[in-house]
Amino acid sequence: MKFRRRAQQDNQQENRQENVQRESRGAEPAIVGHYRVGDPIQDTKAPAGPIEDRWDKRRFQAKLVNPVNKRKLTVIVVGTGLAGGSAAATLGELGYKVKSFCYQDSPRRAHSIAAQGGINAAKNYRGDGDSVYRLFYDTVKGGDYRARESNVYRLAQVSVNIIDQAVAQGVPFAREYGGLLDTRSFGGTQVSRTFYARGQTGQQLLLGAYQALERQVAEGNVEVHTRHEMLELIVSGGRARGVVVRDMVTGEIETHLADAVVLASGGYGNVFYLSTNAKGCNTTAIWRAHKKGAYFGNPCYTQIHPTCIPQSGDHQSKLTLMSESLRNDGRVWVPKLKGDDRAPGDIPEDERDYYLERIYPAFGNLVPRDIASRAAKNVCDEGRGVGPGGLGVYLDFADAIRRMGREAVEKKYGNLFEMYERITGENPYEVPMRIYPAVHYTMGGLWVDYDLQSTIPGLFVVGEANFSDHGANRLGASALMQGLADGYFVLPTTIGDYLAGAGAFGPVEEGDVAKARKAVQDKIDKLLSVNGNRTADSYHRELGRIMWDYCGMERTEESLRKALERIPELREEFWNNVKVPGDAEGLNQALERAGRVADFFELAELMCVDALHRTESCGGHFRAESQDADGEALRDDENFAYVAAWEWTPEGPVLHKEELNYEYVKMTQRSYK
Amino acid sequence: MNLTLKIWRQNGSSDKGRMVTYRVEDVSPDMSFLEMLDVLNERLILEGDDPVAFDHDCREGICGMCGMVINGVAHGEQKLTTTCQLHMRHFKDGDVITIEPWRAAAFPVVKDLVVDRSAFDRIIQAGGFISVPAGSAPEAHSVPVPKADADAAFDAATCIGCGACVAACPNGSASLFTAAKITHLSLLPQGQPERESRARAMVEQMDAEGFGGCTNTGECTAVCPKGIPFDTIAQMNADYLKAASK
Repeated sequence: MKFRRRAQQDNQQENRQENVQRESRGAEPAIVGHYRVGDPIQDTKAPAGPIEDRWDKRRFQAKLVNPVNKRKLTVIVVGTGLAGGSAAATLGELGYKVKSFCYQDSPRRAHSIAAQGGINAAKNYRGDGDSVYRLFYDTVKGGDYRARESNVYRLAQVSVNIIDQAVAQGVPFAREYGGLLDTRSFGGTQVSRTFYARGQTGQQLLLGAYQALERQVAEGNVEVHTRHEMLELIVSGGRARGVVVRDMVTGEIETHLADAVVLASGGYGNVFYLSTNAKGCNTTAIWRAHKKGAYFGNPCYTQIHPTCIPQSGDHQSKLTLMSESLRNDGRVWVPKLKGDDRAPGDIPEDERDYYLERIYPAFGNLVPRDIASRAAKNVCDEGRGVGPGGLGVYLDFADAIRRMGREAVEKKYGNLFEMYERITGENPYEVPMRIYPAVHYTMGGLWVDYDLQSTIPGLFVVGEANFSDHGANRLGASALMQGLADGYFVLPTTIGDYLAGAGAFGPVEEGDVAKARKAVQDKIDKLLSVNGNRTADSYHRELGRIMWDYCGMERTEESLRKALERIPELREEFWNNVKVPGDAEGLNQALERAGRVADFFELAELMCVDALHRTESCGGHFRAESQDADGEALRDDENFAYVAAWEWTPEGPVLHKEELNYEYVKMTQRSYK
Repeated sequence: MNLTLKIWRQNGSSDKGRMVTYRVEDVSPDMSFLEMLDVLNERLILEGDDPVAFDHDCREGICGMCGMVINGVAHGEQKLTTTCQLHMRHFKDGDVITIEPWRAAAFPVVKDLVVDRSAFDRIIQAGGFISVPAGSAPEAHSVPVPKADADAAFDAATCIGCGACVAACPNGSASLFTAAKITHLSLLPQGQPERESRARAMVEQMDAEGFGGCTNTGECTAVCPKGIPFDTIAQMNADYLKAASK
């Protein structure tokens, strides 16, 4: 086994060298690999020394801003999800003047609200051997050794404070009869550390942050601008000093200046068009910042969730996730025969392929997310998928109902079964559910240092919008933890260190503001003037299809190169043939969408370049060329144990590598057999 | 299936507004209601018409952003279902469907089916919180909460703030929304210190926003997609009376 892996790694290294050679043979800047390599980058903010002392040390070293001065300092926070809502509320509590922006009609709508499962914290209330160190270890390992140790350790440390904070705010977590908090276990861990509020943990935590935020609005510390979309970052004197936003109701382009800007605008899964993200989730805020100088970390790291309700037709506008917990009792299968279109009940037992149980006898239906997702794709690619378009597999509860009785199944999964029936019109007690994988989280995002500061001084990035803590794969129930850790506890400390120097910032140059406003106006004018024959949505669907087919669950050099041909062609067509109705005065939802699609086009290309350059597989990034004999993702630590931080230049992306060093957790290959 | 839609069109808050009739063809029963409107809008855009503006975001029934009055019922006739989770299989070929925005004095129309619900945020600002700055919280297990209380608090806390309760109420009252938050926080030990001031401030803000009073018609809870219990309003009134009588 060891030998085989070595051989494969060698083989893969050769492939990679070949790649590099081919790339370097091409003439600059149009190199075959679509990018250039720049200087390495480093995080200089994490203190040295024992990992358990680093956050304490940093907090002590961080300069403080006295209360009187805080009142004179303005911080802009874009986005009001768990990270942005909690950050804006906490900065308000500390006495800063905060301006918060969201595109929805209320801060409470942000998509954190849809998180179902729970939130991890190293409380060890169960006495089952959990600890800060174990949460740290699980997260680094779960991320397939592509996250920074210092950041992850701090996340685990802070996790315990989040639960205290949320409980004090009145978040109604599930409790046991003794009145203490209940926990459950989640994928990728062996301890029970996930706190939850039925299937609505995200909702309850977000409402907690939202209420804290509204309290600060009432106190006069925070101004919330709803139905405002950030369209440009203002950089002046080398610092982030404000944003240009569009009032989505009046159409007015507004300038807001500040001493620091925080982006908390979430992930970019909607680049695939179909994902579990909300319809409005977009990349515009972080993409605009990227083009102004903020490096983009690991854009290709995408998480695909195995248990979503499949697409039912071309009209599909989004995908809905079904809790992973269903795999505890449901059995996944497809017909053995290709194109078998009999009703599931008419397919006899010996003509069914329970493929997860067959391929992974030890873990069976409970293999990790990435493996379950790829296996489903493979059987569908073989022509054995079920339901419309053959893009689905069965998740069958017949055995569970026989074994536990219908009532027990109903008690355990009733809500989910109802949701399924509402969407599909099928009764999962009688016919097996159909499921298919869907994009639902992006581990990549703007590169930040230990202080959560991007490569633009004064621009901080929190939550899913940054790249920081999950490496190449996020564990279940860790997104809520990271968003709130960043917003309640990390950012409010580290931003002070930066703002303590605000006296020397100087005034914002008028020319820089004018430039940013002009960029916004020009883009809007251009979108409205094309007056072509296709809607922005139809382009978005086509882009999403390209991304899903060529840069989705499984990526190959060939598929990525194909994507990198198709995307620029389609983008070109978009800018010459999109039809955006109406004008820029007042509410124009088609214009909003078109602007977001334009940015998705550019991001999509960078994702493919990143995926192409990383010839290893790791976590959610699966390169078909790099797998072991069992079809497991095969990392190439020698060549790829780094964060890919991409700089935008007019000539194409430049790669800056941040070396990852593991002092505490030993790198090993994951195995689930 | 082929459908006739009668949709409220209103270009901005000062426009008078009117119902406009559209035909939508080849609607699949698997489409969601909003996807059916997407299809209509894609066509309107290509025909050079103004697409119908409506609010939506998560499309999985939890963000509370969507909401329209469908055939006279807020979120449509299917119980415990937001507009985004309503599917076209509940309609049949040839149906005529009327679609209107939430109608309430405190929810002015922004455009077409989009209304301004910022009054809800201001009700929360008045007191819908527990004052606990980040970092000041005691250890989570220092105060046990009886499971029954935690569960009841959760039931009230699941309100998504969509505003259907207001749209359904003949008085345009926001009592169910306000009561849900008051009840959620009143049931928890952490919510006790501010219990009375919270009830008073939130109720007063609700009145100041121009929402009507509650006359126990129960229309709110009948359309509520999250099934917020009607008796939360009794809890709100009890807390408010106690606070007001001091």
